[in-house]
Amino acid sequence: MAILRAGDIGVLLGGSGLVVALALHAWNGDPGNTVVIRAAGQIVQTTALTHPQRFAIDGPLGITRIEIEPGRARVAADPSPRQLCVKQGWLTRSGEAALCLPNQVSLEIRGRSPSHDSLVY
Amino acid sequence: MTPSFIELPVSADDRRIARLAALAIGLTLAEAAIPSPIPGVKPGLANIVILLVLLQYGWRAAAWVSGLRVLAGALLLGTLFAPGFWLSAAGALVSLLVLAPARLLPSRYFGPISLSVLAAFGHIGGQLILAGLWLLPVAALLKLLPVFATAALVFGTVNGVIVARLLAAPVASGRQSPTCTPP
Repeated sequence: MAILRAGDIGVLLGGSGLVVALALHAWNGDPGNTVVIRAAGQIVQTTALTHPQRFAIDGPLGITRIEIEPGRARVAADPSPRQLCVKQGWLTRSGEAALCLPNQVSLEIRGRSPSHDSLVY
Repeated sequence: MTPSFIELPVSADDRRIARLAALAIGLTLAEAAIPSPIPGVKPGLANIVILLVLLQYGWRAAAWVSGLRVLAGALLLGTLFAPGFWLSAAGALVSLLVLAPARLLPSRYFGPISLSVLAAFGHIGGQLILAGLWLLPVAALLKLLPVFATAALVFGTVNGVIVARLLAAPVASGRQSPTCTPP
């Protein structure tokens, strides 16, 4: 009888599927569902990542514009000289954050469970 | 005073199980010498013997060989009743529990490779369940789960192929003779 039989292929495919599913589940992090915006360390806005929204946050250098779409959020414009937080692009995963330090504004994505204890700016 | 003797009758089955268990223990010891990047990721060579026993002599014999393998292997490695021993025992137990229904699958479609892969997943599953309940936070285990599952899939397949080839080997090799010389 053949070494590799029809059912074996099924078992191997099932096993591979299980491995892939586990890897996706364990390593992809959990998708964020809430966004927290801080200015000068104070939370100014906490909102769900469910529908498109725009915020303009005042900071020492000017206005930071934040754009929220279903499932993702980004800093659309910021007066900071190096534009680091803008270049980070869209944030989707729980625990991701974009910090516009010169303007003292931060954008943080949160999921069902916090992925770290605290962030210190 | 007359010396008293307690004589335990030894059947041919007992001898065969002892012989096969010795084989499995030998493989366990050999495997312990192989360095592993992650604790718990092992080829599980002893499972080759367990599967051969299962397919030739049935589940009961396989359970005996597996139990003796875990116990004597731990005695020889000096890990008896250490955490590793309990993890190994849990893995062997779940693996056997998985094999009990799995061996009833029609052998026309499901060969030793299926059994080996299922047993390997059972092994890793049993160890992780116990580790999660007892040793490690579940969140840490979740991150390692894909690594263990990959190892189970790969080693399960390799062991299954070995078992299939051993079963397909000609009888003249002595494998299927009652004395069951090591392949």
